Amino acid sequence: MATIAAPTSPAPSLLDRLRRPRVLLGLVALLWLPLVAYVMFGVGRMVLIPAIPATLLLYALAVISWRESAVAVIGVTLVMFWLFIAVVVPFLPLLDPNQPVQPFVTPLTEARDMFFWLGTDFRGRDMLSRTLWGCQRVLVWGVTATAVAYVIGTALGLVAGYLAGWWDEVISFIGNVILSFPVMVLFIVILTYFGPSGFNIIVAVTFASAPAIMRIVRGLTLDIKTRDYVFAAQTRGERPLWIMVVELLPNARGPIIVDACLRLGYTTVAITTLTFLGLGLQPPDPDWGLMIKEAAAAAMLFKFSYMLLVPALSVSSLILGFNLMADGLREMSLRD
Amino acid sequence: MLPLIGKRLVQMLLIMVVASLVLFFIFDSDEFKKKIAVAELGGFAVSALSDADYQQWLVNKGLDVPFVQRYVNWFGGVLAGDFGHSFEKNTDVGPLLWDRLKNTGILAFWVFALMIPLSLALGVIAGMKEGGKRDRIVSFVAVFTTSIPEIATAILLTVFLALGLGWLPTKSAMMQGFDPWQLVLPVLTLVIYSFGYVARMTRASMAEVMTSQYIRTAILKGLPQNRVIMRHALRNALIAPFTVIVLQLNWLLSGVVVVEVFFEYSGFGKLLLEAALFGDIYVVQAATFVAVIVAVLSQIVSDVGYTLLNPRIRFG
Repeated sequence: MATIAAPTSPAPSLLDRLRRPRVLLGLVALLWLPLVAYVMFGVGRMVLIPAIPATLLLYALAVISWRESAVAVIGVTLVMFWLFIAVVVPFLPLLDPNQPVQPFVTPLTEARDMFFWLGTDFRGRDMLSRTLWGCQRVLVWGVTATAVAYVIGTALGLVAGYLAGWWDEVISFIGNVILSFPVMVLFIVILTYFGPSGFNIIVAVTFASAPAIMRIVRGLTLDIKTRDYVFAAQTRGERPLWIMVVELLPNARGPIIVDACLRLGYTTVAITTLTFLGLGLQPPDPDWGLMIKEAAAAAMLFKFSYMLLVPALSVSSLILGFNLMADGLREMSLRD
Repeated sequence: MLPLIGKRLVQMLLIMVVASLVLFFIFDSDEFKKKIAVAELGGFAVSALSDADYQQWLVNKGLDVPFVQRYVNWFGGVLAGDFGHSFEKNTDVGPLLWDRLKNTGILAFWVFALMIPLSLALGVIAGMKEGGKRDRIVSFVAVFTTSIPEIATAILLTVFLALGLGWLPTKSAMMQGFDPWQLVLPVLTLVIYSFGYVARMTRASMAEVMTSQYIRTAILKGLPQNRVIMRHALRNALIAPFTVIVLQLNWLLSGVVVVEVFFEYSGFGKLLLEAALFGDIYVVQAATFVAVIVAVLSQIVSDVGYTLLNPRIRFG
């Protein structure tokens, strides 16, 4: 009697095992938590060591998964470049970014037996060092603020869309009220009231972005909740919270991820702009918006315009990276 | 249609009342009163001030009046057309705001006058043949320019056109009266930042129209390409961009603050920022009112225009 072998699926390759959501989330956490601990809470730099291989691995996975879209690969390269810099900058042999050496040294020249690739600013601090250190604060506060806005906006959108009724009425009305305010007015009022700091930027970004995120998620939820698998889940007696998180959220993730990339770009713009206006992160630690603010007041001569150009180009490259990533992801999702 | 507009206007009034209450409450706090005192008298003078003198200062400024009473007084004044008095600039808010709005209006007029034809033309050219060479170039330029924040665009333009080539003035303070040359850099900055979004919308709309049945029919009828585009495609392709352009007004305001502060152009955005930093409550209130009115009105115009342009949509 012939025995029929149970069909065995081939062992998943290493690449496929690495691309499981659980592994990806683990890698992101391994990258993000040390960076947050280092920048926001001042933990020692040794905490960043595990983040270095995590960054490289994530970058490799992203390039392999998105290789069909050149746009997405360019975008993720720009973003990951700055993330990598953010993680390794405490280990690089750079001058102290807050240490004045000699003011107004132009790029690619020597001063006091030291070679300055990007020159020094009007207080004599090394521009290269300040630029590389500057990416840490923008990235950490920007991404964290976007993430917080997303958690709150998504939760409200799921509740408004799935529970409907007066939940929807109340949440949508409050959202419309906040959305009627021009974003800048909202930022200015919130930050002058609470005072300028990183944590208050998170509050301001959440206020400004959560209603828009709520609208998107609500629309997606209204669409998805009429699908058969949601009815099946309701018939099985699953609770609303479980249905929202397990049935609805994973199926809405495509558009949400694309929107998140775009919104990361907006938030980066917002943080840089607010810092330039004097409402964001405070001196003396280096930050791109702050570098622009200080140089715009101190050095309006063509010879010293590198003080403005370097931070302006850095922040533009990061935002371009986020936007290209969003574009590439959208292109790929349309192709499927 | 009319009930819809009425509902929106009522909603706008409600938002304005809520917003003004919240703002009044915020700026009524002791820190903000202290901030005004420090800004006006100087930090040392305030720390040397005795408690009684500080109270006297509050009375002189009319800041000792309880919150509710002050709000009611102010609200009555607004209904009568009096927006109160600016602490910082020591003038009436009404004329000050009007003057600044006029300046921003000039800026916005030129931005729209340049941005609309540019973005529509580029969008239509790109959308005529989706995936073609022109489409790729326009799409890339659009992503690129919208990715550079206003502050960086302002810097690049200043460094190259003003500091490097010396063609244009670096600042736009207009100290010696109105000077059109000083307007060029702020307008260019805002146009470069905002045209990409509208161009991409136009492109998407145009590309969609070009795949529709009636365009295929027109082409198969043997009509020349120009005629198909100008007579058949454009009208329908421009409906969606219209709404986007009107909504840009609201987005423009954020950019206006940055650009006006960077170029020292004394407009509405700069006024708002200065007033908020100073704690100049009546100016902030009036500016917020204007901002909310602009936002809601632009939404209404966008919705109404969309229904008028697109006969397939009817509101009950």
